[in-house]
Amino acid sequence: MTATSVLRPDVVVVGGGPAGLTAAAALAGRADVLVLDRERATGGIPRHSDHTGYGLRDLRRVMTGPAYARRLTDRALRAGAALHTEATVTGWTGERTLAVTSPRGRYEVEAKAVVLATGARERPRPARLVPGDRPAGVYTTGQLQNLVHLHHGSPGTRAVVVGGELVSWSAVVTLREAGCATVLLTTEHPSPESYAAFNAAGRTVLGVPVATRTRVVRVVGKGRVSGVEVEDTATGRRRTVDCDCVVFTGDWIPDHELARSAGLAMDAGTRGPLVDTALRTSRPGVFAAGNLLHPVDTADIAALDGRFVADRVLDHLAGGGAADPRGVPLVADAPLRWVAPGLLRPGDPAPPRGRLLLWTDELVRVPRVVLTQDGRELSHRTLPWPASPGRVFRVPWSVVRRVRPGGGPVHVGLA
Amino acid sequence: MTTDPSAADRAGAPGAFDVVVVGAGVVGAAIARDLAGHRLSVALVEARDDVGDGTSKANTAILHTGFDAKPGTLESRLVRRGYELLSGYAAETGIPVERVGALLVAWTDEELDALPGLRDKAAENGCTRCEIVSADEVYRQVPDLGPGALGGLTVPDESIICTWTTTLALATDARARGARVLLGHRVTGVTEGPDATVLHTTRGDVAGRWIVNAAGLGADVLDRMLGYDRFTVTPRRGELFVYDKLARPLVDRIVLPVPSSRGKGVLVSPTIYGNVMLGPTAEDLDDRTATGTSEDGFAFLLDKGRKLMPKLLEEEVTATYAGLRAAIDRGDYLIEADADRRYLLVGGIRSTGLTAGMAIAEHVHGLLAGAGLALEPRADLPAPPRMPNIGEAFTRPYQDADLIARDPEYGRVVCFCERVTAGEIRDALASPLPPAGLDGLRRRTRAMNGRCQGFFCGAEVAARLAAGAPPCASAGRPAAETKEDAR
Ligand SMILES: Cc1cc2nc3c(=O)[nH]c(=O)nc-3n(C[C@H](O)[C@H](O)[C@H](O)COP(=O)(O)OP(=O)(O)OC[C@H]3O[C@@H](n4cnc5c(N)ncnc54)[C@H](O)[C@@H]3O)c2cc1C
Ligand SMILES: Cc1cc2nc3c(=O)[nH]c(=O)nc-3n(C[C@H](O)[C@H](O)[C@H](O)COP(=O)(O)OP(=O)(O)OC[C@H]3O[C@@H](n4cnc5c(N)ncnc54)[C@H](O)[C@@H]3O)c2cc1C
Repeated sequence: MTATSVLRPDVVVVGGGPAGLTAAAALAGRADVLVLDRERATGGIPRHSDHTGYGLRDLRRVMTGPAYARRLTDRALRAGAALHTEATVTGWTGERTLAVTSPRGRYEVEAKAVVLATGARERPRPARLVPGDRPAGVYTTGQLQNLVHLHHGSPGTRAVVVGGELVSWSAVVTLREAGCATVLLTTEHPSPESYAAFNAAGRTVLGVPVATRTRVVRVVGKGRVSGVEVEDTATGRRRTVDCDCVVFTGDWIPDHELARSAGLAMDAGTRGPLVDTALRTSRPGVFAAGNLLHPVDTADIAALDGRFVADRVLDHLAGGGAADPRGVPLVADAPLRWVAPGLLRPGDPAPPRGRLLLWTDELVRVPRVVLTQDGRELSHRTLPWPASPGRVFRVPWSVVRRVRPGGGPVHVGLA
Repeated sequence: MTTDPSAADRAGAPGAFDVVVVGAGVVGAAIARDLAGHRLSVALVEARDDVGDGTSKANTAILHTGFDAKPGTLESRLVRRGYELLSGYAAETGIPVERVGALLVAWTDEELDALPGLRDKAAENGCTRCEIVSADEVYRQVPDLGPGALGGLTVPDESIICTWTTTLALATDARARGARVLLGHRVTGVTEGPDATVLHTTRGDVAGRWIVNAAGLGADVLDRMLGYDRFTVTPRRGELFVYDKLARPLVDRIVLPVPSSRGKGVLVSPTIYGNVMLGPTAEDLDDRTATGTSEDGFAFLLDKGRKLMPKLLEEEVTATYAGLRAAIDRGDYLIEADADRRYLLVGGIRSTGLTAGMAIAEHVHGLLAGAGLALEPRADLPAPPRMPNIGEAFTRPYQDADLIARDPEYGRVVCFCERVTAGEIRDALASPLPPAGLDGLRRRTRAMNGRCQGFFCGAEVAARLAAGAPPCASAGRPAAETKEDAR
């Protein structure tokens, strides 16, 4: 074996999506930054999400995914960040040292600070335990968009889209562009999860029939998908829908492999690394940002995490920013599935954008958010927007009040 | 390649192979490889577009010691011998094997009482290192096991192996030795002549002086085409879950239940690719093509898994699949030669065929010799192939700095979850038995077998497959040879 070369930037950012690129752009000039991304180009998921809807909150304008990806890449480069593409981080060889494989070689990166911004992916069919045959023509939205936008391939002619999240409609749009009709969109919820306005558009403009309270119980087809069996969960009735492809959308899981293999404390709710409001993980000098922490919010929110974490990283590089050990966990009570960040420390800043991010499994039209600690109510707040499954429910940070350092976990629930 | 092309002609069957082996699973491939090591012309005839695409691709991939086989049976003998032969062959060819050992766990008093008998049986089968251990020791060895274990029996030599590479290596070897590998040839009928038997296939006739039936689930059908009526294959489905690699620290050895009359039961085991497997179920079916998974199977596995190792169920499922065991109505392998009709049947290789394959080939060799087939070893045998390593415990190209420095394609990771590089995909496409489709490529490289199941790489992998082997690639040379040169 040749001696592996070691690079020693101040900061290494793993993942060149919106979060990582924005963090790098904000850090460059003030620290020596290297971004590592395994894809051929940086930009993350927006690269192959060829429709508009990106950039609203961070760039204050709306553009397509690929344009947004290019814009963020240019900004990071112009700011002076180094970007390595086709550079896959395969593991850790030290506290803040990463092993990397790329066509230019196998190397190590040892940094004073690490920002994990590896994003999230959709659960594929096996992870959802959908039985049946194993034919071709079963996709996630990510694979579909890769196929259609980056490889100009054809997914099929009649699709069933599983899931009613924002991303599900994104899949419908992509399918239509590829000449594939969506014959049914299914959601297990009583109403589709994503924005009502978008749904109306989805139903009328895109002409897509939506089956609510419906789950997919079987994939049928030898060689190629020939149909899916669906069940009406209210009546238990089953029927088979003819189609030649099926797209499993949403149902996110963070790409948390590096976080877990480092042995970082994990958040049981988000399944990403547990972070405090300064986005510190349990290992000093290792931070996290973007959809790795909240699977999933929109790209602009991920980007703004990146901008926020840059200042925390600089604090760390300057020798400050040590974590107060008297952290109190923040836990979500049903119907909330998770809350991010998951740790409150005395003296820490408010989280990015001054928001707690939550995920609900049930629609609550007029949510009253209640925080309690050791059986004592700390605060409550009724919000004028609904808590809907399938998208992040954002709550102003000001609800977090009167937390007793060293006390028990703070519960956040809906009343 | 026909080493003695005139042999068949002299026998009055021009163009006939000396031996035609039907079925390119692990068993057929092992037989073809062995026979092709002699002065014989051999064909390996397979219905599907790829070798190892039947039961040999979907099993639990354990290299069994045979500790629990019924002593005195042919199966027990061939499993033991197969373990030795395949262990040696794996070392020679680079088929990944990990000797992780097994722990058999008793959950009831009856099972606990059965342990001494199992230990004695193991000793009779030559496994003398098995030990009965206390519940405490069981939990020391597998701390994340669910509550309620009463004791256990260790089986130190049980191993895990790559079933895909095994069949591929044997078939590649057979081909290198001159056997013709005829894929996409489903045998649909038979005409027996005085000197040769003509197999009618979906791609034309193939004649052989001798026919070896290693058709797995289809062995009884072929046997009947030849006019016999001696057994029926019942497909016994086994469904399995493959858990995420992040679950691997939970399970560092094979955890077995006490076997019952219904089979080996549901186990938890590391896989050679660094995952954890839960399964298989055992369910008799009628449909020999029913390799789909079922709601009942999943529910059963979840229920079993919850008891065996609750923590495992918190991890993500990376893959689910089902395989069909070729069960027959008797408790042993059915391997019989009919000298008069120059025909040999290999039937009922139910749940141990991966391990026993090479020993079955050796046994078949003996039977054929006894039945009058002249088996004259060749002196000019090519070296066995070096197979690309897809085992997690051994260095893979993405980890090999030297290799990447020499050929950057081994540093270009295409499948992120499984870390499969462009170099490996290129090699697989240029190998002597290239994949016929995506599934074949997955079995050769692990591409798309990971936790994202193609979210990131699916389209890229498919595009590389469609593009095929680059013209500059060393077409016709085994993938491993190319890699070896580059090392
Ligand atoms: C189909 C679809 C449509 C969407 N539509 C919109 C929309 O209209 N508007 C909107 O605002 N948002 C949209 N989103 C959400 C948006 O894409 C995400 O919020 C955003 O991409 C998250 O950014 P991120 O930086 O956290 O992660 P990602 O964009 O996922 O980036 C993570 C990066 O990390 C890299 N990486 C991961 N692991 C490693 C490793 N080990 N080594 C090296 N690199 C690694 C990956 O290659 C990737 O580039 C959509 C998402 C999808 C799937
Ligand atoms: C769930 C499960 C778990 C198992 N676990 C293990 C284990 O851990 N260890 C172990 O050693 N064994 C295990 N086994 C058993 C092992 O997988 C089998 O014994 C072995 O794969 C059988 O190989 P084969 O070559 O006989 O059959 P196959 O691999 O099925 O090959 C037979 C081939 O014949 C072809 N064929 C059939 N009919 C025709 C025709 N008419 N014309 C042309 N071709 C035809 C088929 O297409 C097929 O490719 C397991 C089996 C199952 C199902």
